[in-house]
Amino acid sequence: MMTMDQPSVTTSLLYLDGVSVTFDGYKALRGLSLTLAPGEMRAIIGPNGAGKTTMMDVITGKTRPDEGDVLFAGAHDLTKLDEATIAELGIGRKFQKPTVFECHTVDDNVLLALKAPRSAFATLFGKPAPGMRQRIDQILEITRLKDHRFRMAADLSHGQKQWLEIGMLLAQDPKLLLVDEPVAGMTDAETAQTAELLREIAIDHSVVVVEHDMTFVRDLGVKVTVLHEGSVLAEGPLDVVSADPRVIEVYLGR
Amino acid sequence: MQSTLPLAGLLDRRGLIFLGVLASAALLMPVLALLIPANSAFAIPPYLVALFGKYLCYALLAVALDLVWGYCGILSLGHGAFFALGGYAMGMYLMRQIGTRGVYANPVLPDFMVFLNMKELPITWWGFQSFPYAMLMVLLVPGVLAFCFGWLAFRSRVTGVYLSIITQAMTYALLLAFFRNDMGFGGNNGLTDFKDILGFNIQSPATRVALFCASAVALGAGYLISRAVVTSKFGKVVIAIRDGESRTRFLGYRVETYKLFVFTLSAMMAGVAGALYVPQVGIINPGEFAPTNSIEAVIWVAVGGRGTLVGAALGAIIVNWGKTFFTGALPEYWLFALGALFVLVTLFMPKGVIGTLDQLKARRATAKATAERNAAQAGE
Repeated sequence: MMTMDQPSVTTSLLYLDGVSVTFDGYKALRGLSLTLAPGEMRAIIGPNGAGKTTMMDVITGKTRPDEGDVLFAGAHDLTKLDEATIAELGIGRKFQKPTVFECHTVDDNVLLALKAPRSAFATLFGKPAPGMRQRIDQILEITRLKDHRFRMAADLSHGQKQWLEIGMLLAQDPKLLLVDEPVAGMTDAETAQTAELLREIAIDHSVVVVEHDMTFVRDLGVKVTVLHEGSVLAEGPLDVVSADPRVIEVYLGR
Repeated sequence: MQSTLPLAGLLDRRGLIFLGVLASAALLMPVLALLIPANSAFAIPPYLVALFGKYLCYALLAVALDLVWGYCGILSLGHGAFFALGGYAMGMYLMRQIGTRGVYANPVLPDFMVFLNMKELPITWWGFQSFPYAMLMVLLVPGVLAFCFGWLAFRSRVTGVYLSIITQAMTYALLLAFFRNDMGFGGNNGLTDFKDILGFNIQSPATRVALFCASAVALGAGYLISRAVVTSKFGKVVIAIRDGESRTRFLGYRVETYKLFVFTLSAMMAGVAGALYVPQVGIINPGEFAPTNSIEAVIWVAVGGRGTLVGAALGAIIVNWGKTFFTGALPEYWLFALGALFVLVTLFMPKGVIGTLDQLKARRATAKATAERNAAQAGE
């Protein structure tokens, strides 16, 4: 399935080539190569231990690869930058477990994520930007959390936390969103709503979604990359990929 | 509705009460300790003025510690070191004020240096005859140490227990260093026999009252500065770091810069507390660097209520009042009492005195709301 024409280094938004990561002798990624075009939404599937989360860690600067290139927008070598710099370049991440700031209100969670100067000086002495409130309102509207804005994030339901975290991603307004299992633990209705929300977001953002839930991936209706043992096994539309005998063997197994 | 004004929300009701009590204490103290006759039932003897002044210094140390621990999640077990360094800077100024009134009557060298056969003033002591210079050092020495220590620790992402352990090591290393005579800070005797401060007799009741008032002002100022920090957007980031350090990083905040700022600011506040403490107790020695002192300060904050600032100050005063009482009445049992207090607070009041009060208030509000709803339903 690797016959699709690969975008070049300079035109792709995200470019991974031959990335390998080893933890104590365990090869989490072995020669992973992946490119993402600007504006594209991609779903990544794969069995546990396929390297999905490690790939996210490499892109966001949490883990340094042993070898391989990771380039963002053709110009930034992500293997040399730290988390904060990468976030400021415009890569936002949603974690597998919802990680919102529990001791802050929903409102403040979005405020902290909102695109604004991140330096200590700016947050200590800076004045809030005009239009900030409207932007927060807008995001709370989209994520259906407007009625909960003054509640502590700790008091939200699981699904609401997931949505808040997606809202925080929106507030960051990144060029690329990495979304790790956004519908884990959600009801069917919530899952469908989340797919809708992500499709809306994908209109003007590039998105990478890691997910186990096949119905959800089908709802997204985008190109799928299958990871297995730290490298790409197959790539293409979900129907084509799920018909691939190798994919059926390692992952779908049905 | 959340206001966008930068100073709105700086003072809540609790903060106003706290500052009100501090201001009244600072205003009443001169009256009760100086103006009314000493045999009056309301008169406060000079030793109590110094004792209360000492509590206020501890309260300022607790507020400083709460800023790093309660809000930023950095459990410093070495804040006593910054307190002691501030104290030493003040002590060095007070030593230089003794002049020829010392036992050896040397106009430049403090007694212990004459005793140790030192011929000239060590470079570390230069300038300490000047009060403004000494006050600058009260802020700078703890601040620079905290900055260097924090820069190394936070950049290497040392957190949690590991950070706590190295802060203990830091204060212990300073304890050993200050014990050495050739460090030039008075060895194990430390600095004492102070005569006057800014030309006023350090023993006189009026000076003691002035020092008490200065401590109250410093505590109020320290509280206001901390409160301004924690209610700003900066403060929200700091709380976010406490609750999810790596999450904050992925949002693009440079966590180490934030921690470094809070840690340094807190160390400087601890230094000021130490500087006000020394003239009121009349001595500073290496014992102030003892790791147990720093741990005791953590207990004050835990007892009062972590992450509330007012609670930290309250905790420091409650525990030290208990300590004064116990060490007078049952000296051998003080450490047991302190240990028991820490265990009991952890078990039954995990949020400290202030946190427990808040919980009670919330519970009463819920009960009232339920009662009202029931009454309304019954009326329908």
